[in-house]
Amino acid sequence: MTSRKTVLVLGGSSDIGRATARAFAKAGYDVQFAGRDVAVLEPDAADLRARYNVECSIFKFDVLDTASFDGLVGGLPALPDVVISIVGLLGAQENAQSDLAHATTIMRSNYEGPSLILGLFAEKFLARGNGTLVGVSSVAGDRGRASNYVYGSAKAGFSAFLSGLRARASSSGVHVVTVKPGFVRTKMTEGMKLIGPLTVEAPVVGDAILQAVERKTDVVYVSGKWRLVMLIIKTLPEAIFKKLKF
Amino acid sequence: MTLVSGWGRFPVVDSELLRPRSFEAVGEAVAGCAGAVARGNGRAYGDAAIGASRTVAMTGFDRVRSFDPATGRIRLEAGVLLSDLIDTFGPRGFLPFVVPGTRFVSIGGAIAADVHGKNHHCEGGFGRYVESVLLRTGQGEVIEASREQNSDAFFATIGGMGLTGVILEATIRLRPVETGWIRERVISASDLDAAMRALDAGDSATYSVAWIDCAAGGSNLGRALIYLGEHASADELADGADRFPVGKDPGLAVPVDLPSMTLNRYSIRAFNELYYRMGARRAGRSHLVSLYPYFFPLDSISAWNRIYGRRGFLQHQCVIPEQGARDVLGEILDRVSKRGDASFLAVLKKLGQGDGILSFPLPGYTLALDFPLKGDILNFLDEIDRLVVAAGGRLYLAKDARQSRATFETGYPALKRFSAIRRSLDPAGNIRSKLSQRLFDEV
Repeated sequence: MTSRKTVLVLGGSSDIGRATARAFAKAGYDVQFAGRDVAVLEPDAADLRARYNVECSIFKFDVLDTASFDGLVGGLPALPDVVISIVGLLGAQENAQSDLAHATTIMRSNYEGPSLILGLFAEKFLARGNGTLVGVSSVAGDRGRASNYVYGSAKAGFSAFLSGLRARASSSGVHVVTVKPGFVRTKMTEGMKLIGPLTVEAPVVGDAILQAVERKTDVVYVSGKWRLVMLIIKTLPEAIFKKLKF
Repeated sequence: MTLVSGWGRFPVVDSELLRPRSFEAVGEAVAGCAGAVARGNGRAYGDAAIGASRTVAMTGFDRVRSFDPATGRIRLEAGVLLSDLIDTFGPRGFLPFVVPGTRFVSIGGAIAADVHGKNHHCEGGFGRYVESVLLRTGQGEVIEASREQNSDAFFATIGGMGLTGVILEATIRLRPVETGWIRERVISASDLDAAMRALDAGDSATYSVAWIDCAAGGSNLGRALIYLGEHASADELADGADRFPVGKDPGLAVPVDLPSMTLNRYSIRAFNELYYRMGARRAGRSHLVSLYPYFFPLDSISAWNRIYGRRGFLQHQCVIPEQGARDVLGEILDRVSKRGDASFLAVLKKLGQGDGILSFPLPGYTLALDFPLKGDILNFLDEIDRLVVAAGGRLYLAKDARQSRATFETGYPALKRFSAIRRSLDPAGNIRSKLSQRLFDEV
């Protein structure tokens, strides 16, 4: 029997994390779940074992505790084939405008932590000569908007980190995927007004990530409509864009 | 507040819709409100899954807790959909023992409505394969209930329409199968007598159901196609065929509410004529069909409830005890055919004894009809109800939106026992749905 592939899901307890782990387990991957609250991950790990008869292990991971990253990477029983960072924090833009601690948490959760941890795995993968790194970024990183630029700028930083890493790894066996989900109906967006035709459910994101990994896609807009929407938003002249309050 | 309705889109009610993320949060959602009820995937037609003041959405609880491939025993959270269960465990050789006409119902909903399938006459309803439930009662306790432990709560929960508490988890038994294919045989019946004879003759078949042409009248009254089915074994499949077919997501969707005139006596009659003739041509031979179109013919069209227009529709599903069923069914079908606006979805099948205290099935024939909500339909259905009640029959609560208290009370004589158990689990009356308010809660 050929040995099975392993995926590490960072931020496993989120809706997209659960859905992504399911998509990979269904495709036969063993799953390493990592999240802040280990106890919360246990029912999802049991779910994957029962459904798909795969191995599933759990690791503690706090995206703000960068000092623990080396220990996590070194402490895994096996270096995974795929690492997916789903960690993110939407936060509250209005608070972040005056509350530096909150703004810092948003920036670190969406840019610093995810970039550093994927960077560490990139070194391991490049040394090994293969592996796939996936960063879940956001369409919000494509252009800063008045209503959420603290979050958006952190995602922009993360997107830039991923594209740079991809360029560096391009001649190796290591692949880097950037995922821009758009609106997803999850815990994070509960209570927000989402535009129906542009909104997807978490399992759609999970399936899109699996497909992107298998097809070695570089940048994925989960719903194709977002590519067009963001193309328009990105090309609007700043003089016009700054007057749009959205 | 959110506007909430069932699959039939009538009634539409303002209710506070909560999506708890933990069992503790479920408890908080139920406690201290003027009446809450759990809601699965919203496939109950009427007002069963709408809380009197608060509706607790359970589809977020979709984890499988454990599965034993040696016994087919599975423990899962109540929000897992049957479609998910079939897609995940079908390829591993296991299916639910009982499935209703749609796979998009939750486990909790299937238990609460004690749903029946095309095999009720010989294998019983969904509740028969439930070993235990984890129930959050109105009183605030979380109890495990089974045939041995808290058995009153258990049998009141099977078919109890969510009124004994919120079903959090359940342990059920799955059926081992070799394939995901059904060996189907179609029988054509030229009138109601022939249809009932064919269903009786199909008693030994695992699955049997009749589609009735309810537009046909006169000597054609009750003409039908009877579908018998058995699970196909692996050696019946052609070489290279997939053992387990893939369940496609509904591709064809009804994008908008169709104008109410789309369904009229002419379009229905024409459709039914065509459908009957095509079916009759296939009659006699047996052939293999995927379980998906066999069990869930309507699931291939998502949002098919839009066919009936914005005002919604009513389903009328009754069961008539075997004795004297022929005459009552004939009378109902005659009135429906003269009216001419019942849909192409008329289904007749045989049921056995139900398992829960408030379960719908009783030994006899069940007839399901859809009617667009318009004109004097409510009065017409009241008349049909009188025939049903006089024959000792009753209506299916999961599909009901309009029957009267009197119809309900005559049809469900075990209500007193059910209510006593419910009171003991929920003395303060925290669990109430629009259905329970309409049919039996004290006002």
